[in-house]
Amino acid sequence: MKIHEYQAKEILRSHGVATPRGRVTDDPEEAARICAELGGRCVVKAQIHAGGRGKGGGVKLAGSPAEARETAGRILGMRLVTPQTGPEGQVVRRLLIEEALDIARELYVSVTLDRQAGKPIVMASTAGGMEIEEVAARDPGAILRQEVEPLLGLLPFQGRTLARGLGLGGATAGKAAKLLSALAAAYLATDASLVEINPLLVTGGGDVLALDAKMTFDDNALFRRPEVLAMRDLAEENPMEVEAGKYSLNYIKLDGNIACMVNGAGLAMATMDIIKLYGGEPANFLDVGGGASQEAVKNAFRLLVSDPGVRAVLINIFGGIARTDRIARGVVGAIEELGNVTLPVVVRLEGTNVEQGREVLRQAPFHFIVAEQMADAAEKVVAAARGGGR
Amino acid sequence: MAIWVNGDTRLVVQGITGKEGTFHALACREYGTRVVAGVTPGKGGTTVGNAEGTEGKGGIPVYDSVAEARAATGCNASMIFVPPPFAGDAIMESAAAGIELTVCITEGIPVSDMLRVKAFVADHPTRLIGPNCPGVISPGMAKIGIMPGHIHRPGGVGVISRSGTLTYEAVWQLTNLGLGQSTCVGIGGDPINGTNFIDVLQAFAADPETVGIVMIGEIGGSAEEAAAAWIAANYDRPVVGFIAGRTAPPGRRMGHAGAIVAGGRGTAAEKMAAMRAAGLHVVESPAKLGETMARALNG
Repeated sequence: MKIHEYQAKEILRSHGVATPRGRVTDDPEEAARICAELGGRCVVKAQIHAGGRGKGGGVKLAGSPAEARETAGRILGMRLVTPQTGPEGQVVRRLLIEEALDIARELYVSVTLDRQAGKPIVMASTAGGMEIEEVAARDPGAILRQEVEPLLGLLPFQGRTLARGLGLGGATAGKAAKLLSALAAAYLATDASLVEINPLLVTGGGDVLALDAKMTFDDNALFRRPEVLAMRDLAEENPMEVEAGKYSLNYIKLDGNIACMVNGAGLAMATMDIIKLYGGEPANFLDVGGGASQEAVKNAFRLLVSDPGVRAVLINIFGGIARTDRIARGVVGAIEELGNVTLPVVVRLEGTNVEQGREVLRQAPFHFIVAEQMADAAEKVVAAARGGGR
Repeated sequence: MAIWVNGDTRLVVQGITGKEGTFHALACREYGTRVVAGVTPGKGGTTVGNAEGTEGKGGIPVYDSVAEARAATGCNASMIFVPPPFAGDAIMESAAAGIELTVCITEGIPVSDMLRVKAFVADHPTRLIGPNCPGVISPGMAKIGIMPGHIHRPGGVGVISRSGTLTYEAVWQLTNLGLGQSTCVGIGGDPINGTNFIDVLQAFAADPETVGIVMIGEIGGSAEEAAAAWIAANYDRPVVGFIAGRTAPPGRRMGHAGAIVAGGRGTAAEKMAAMRAAGLHVVESPAKLGETMARALNG
């Protein structure tokens, strides 16, 4: 789960991380008042979940409360397009108004999971403001790393080692080391999967602050983090994905026109891959669960056909414990109940009782395009999508 | 021969009194696994599976703890169906009781729980498989897991995979071509798991009857790259490889918690390139896993 910058900063502050002073608002008048409180100069920052906001024009400096009001009015409600939002952009509903600080240095720090080590790691680099992926590709040695023992957190000497590596000294190094331990503490305490500060600001006066903040969380741990779950902003998420979540379906919207419904995440990914291999474009990732219950199949089908961009549907189910003939009856039942389905539907069933399953499909009142293997299914659904209907 | 699971396996099922636990305990027993005990705290002294239709095999005794089950039955392997908030504890209980093989089926365990579990398990003699996995099957001998037993057939191909139904797909292709399997191991779709590709590869390499390996990876992490490097240096029988998720957009978790391209790393293209460089038979199409293995074994 993702949250906004201003929410991440709230969490980080509660763990002792210094951030610029500021407040969140959705009102230009309020933006002007906050700017005045901050001394008449401020930064107006659009709050959307995607990164790259500065490049898209969502972060602006204002030299006066009047300018803050004007800038806020312009950014609020705009569709902000960044490299991470896709071409349709994301509507800006809130702004963070923060004090403008003098910048001596911009650094990068983050906490994330190192899968190979089986531990969280703190990463730091002097290339603040740059994407860490670019730094990693260009000069992997420029990224400093310290493994975190989950029960101990980032130890003081590890923080000092990183601070020294970033070229910091004196009181500033001490502040940076403390901030890094606080970041790791926040990561561990909230079941985060990422805490990223880019840039981490060093002021002319030697203070160290989180100028930006990004946090994402382990979805599997939200059940025990109600305070984090309360920060979820559904308006930032794809409405079809939100709908799918209500039925415990694993659904991700993509840009293609071939909807697919598959049981199991690995097989669902492989199905998308084979559609692409045969020249088609998947409209989504959808895992209805390994067992493919009739209820899950029905909800999934309703969701898929509600996507106006879809031209054909591929159902790929491997019947294991759940017998294929029973799954076939589930699919037929779902389509009958929905009624009025005009899209071509290719069904590929495999596994236990597969002959009986295919027979159920052949005898159904709805005309299914029955496929025998994954390759056959991909070929048929790509052709059906090109045909634009039946 | 087979790895890890065979006729000597004596299975305890943790969480046996839950719906899934009961169903799969009986399905494993039906397949031929010796299911000797179940554990549900507070339900010790009861039995599971002595109802109609279990062919007079009698009930499976339920104990309050794994230690009690081990003392009473000599169980040496565990299968876990405990819900996610408590599954980490269940794994550690199994390890502490000295169970040699712990297979955790549960999906949805928090990563931070698994970090602690992994550290704990490292200090104990148990081998953990999973979590979030279909389990392990040695066809014709025994299975520990939720896979449909009858799609398998005994033979010489080892199968390793991060996913469930995609593994069944591969197995079914092999079976339909007459290629049986020695053991199939699902290592699970989570970012932190107990047994990795290399652990399984090493076990298959030590098994003279495993004549080739099908390895199915996914986007996310770098376990496949490490496995490919190990194969290049240590294994000369044929390995067929596939990576699911070529079309997955970056930054999105594709069902499995571990299947995510993050920070520009863990792409299918990188993994397939590493596998090719290591001499694996990499298939672009998941429909060709079986026939590619057949060709590799004949060639």
